[in-house]
Amino acid sequence: MQLTLKIWRQENADSKGKIVSYEISDVSPDMSFLEMMDVLNEELMIKGIDPVAFDHDCREGICGSCSMFINGEAHGPDRYVTTCQLHMRKFKDGDTIYVEPFRAKTFPVIKDLVVDRTAFDRIQHAGGFISVNTSGNTQDANSIPIEKANADKAFDAATCIGCGACVATCKNSSAMLFVSAKVSQFALLPQGEVEATDRVINMVKQMDEEGFGNCTNTGACQVECPKGISLDNIARMNRELVKAQFKK
Amino acid sequence: MAIKLDSSIIRKVAMALSGLFLIIFLTQHFIINISSVFSEKIFNMLSHFMGNNFIVQFIAQPILIVGVLFHFIMGFYLEWQNRSARSVKYVVYKGSANSTWISRNMIVSGAVVLSFLVLHFYDFWIPEMKYKYYDFLAEDPNRYHEELVHKFNDPIKVILYCISFFFLALHLLHGFASSFKSLGTDSRYYYSIDLFTKIYAIGIPLGFCFIAVFHLITNIVTH
Ligand code: SF4
Ligand code: FES
Repeated sequence: MQLTLKIWRQENADSKGKIVSYEISDVSPDMSFLEMMDVLNEELMIKGIDPVAFDHDCREGICGSCSMFINGEAHGPDRYVTTCQLHMRKFKDGDTIYVEPFRAKTFPVIKDLVVDRTAFDRIQHAGGFISVNTSGNTQDANSIPIEKANADKAFDAATCIGCGACVATCKNSSAMLFVSAKVSQFALLPQGEVEATDRVINMVKQMDEEGFGNCTNTGACQVECPKGISLDNIARMNRELVKAQFKK
Repeated sequence: MAIKLDSSIIRKVAMALSGLFLIIFLTQHFIINISSVFSEKIFNMLSHFMGNNFIVQFIAQPILIVGVLFHFIMGFYLEWQNRSARSVKYVVYKGSANSTWISRNMIVSGAVVLSFLVLHFYDFWIPEMKYKYYDFLAEDPNRYHEELVHKFNDPIKVILYCISFFFLALHLLHGFASSFKSLGTDSRYYYSIDLFTKIYAIGIPLGFCFIAVFHLITNIVTH
């Protein structure tokens, strides 16, 4: 395949970025998008050009670092995949592909396609945990029976990899899907109930302080989420927060 | 307990509640208006009641005005906040791949509905307030039907009216179902909510347009 890549290049956080065009040939349809980017970078390095900086780690849809906005969609045109799982066979020979970083004021660009998503970490630190000392007195997993339906929902919520595609996709740059997944994974389990009130209040407060936009239920986030996190979690978080107002 | 509007979720819930409140008002307004098609007497009776009942005039009406003001001021404020949450825009953004145009453009449909409301206030509400509380004219319980029919004898006005209701339908198509989601309704009810939303959001605006066109045609035929 021969492709034209239009990639966002930005020297650093303070510089003004722009789209730069690159031609790439001999792209195998079996390559992943990141492998194609590797090939491009090798070619750029041979020519003495600064390679395109992009985040990646696991390359199997687990770590959530490969943040690319491809042809107007987070992680590209495929569903339930991250950029590292996106195959070049999803594109046609001769295509022009736009590659941009995940954009939100809360995700400032560090360089090229690499963005700073530590806002998510700060939200997690605000309450995305349970305060149990597990060292030396770990309980058997089955000692607290949990309804199967709730265990499944909690597990589904826990599959969120914190990639930020929901924020990048949302026209409002809202982080509600991410935060609601993190709130739900604990709210659905008895272990998480103890701190449920403080958790939802603190995580939402942190989310707001970071400057994410407001959710208007467009549903775009759940469509683009590589893990299929559902809007249900947002409704649950809304319930949890309203409930918390009455408890506090 | 401390309910403050400083949380994005509480603001979202407040938007949903004010929206649902306006939907209740819209429904009662529709019921009264549609009666004008069937019976002049019933329409006059209902309008006279609404226009002269103390609770409606001095309790429900101010609450309604606050509701309208809150819904649109908060709507514009949230839109401004949402826009500023992404300072550098995407070069390519394919919103249609994952969401409906209607859901992404509530501010557009809302703004059209708001401009209609301004027109409507100017056309109906201000003359009505002037009649009652400024000119202190004697109440005639039979004036309402004639006044309404008279308002609809201008085709341009009827077209503008119908266009506004088209945008109201768009606004409701997302807003009605969305408000239940904002209130935390469980997804097992989404199918019924979405279905009811479609019926309501299309049916009621269509009904309002029908009333306007009905009176326009009656005016043409009878004159
Ligand atoms: S909810 Fe989905 S899109 Fe958002 S951070 Fe988690 S995995 Fe990524
Ligand atoms: S590199 Fe880990 S999810 Fe893509």
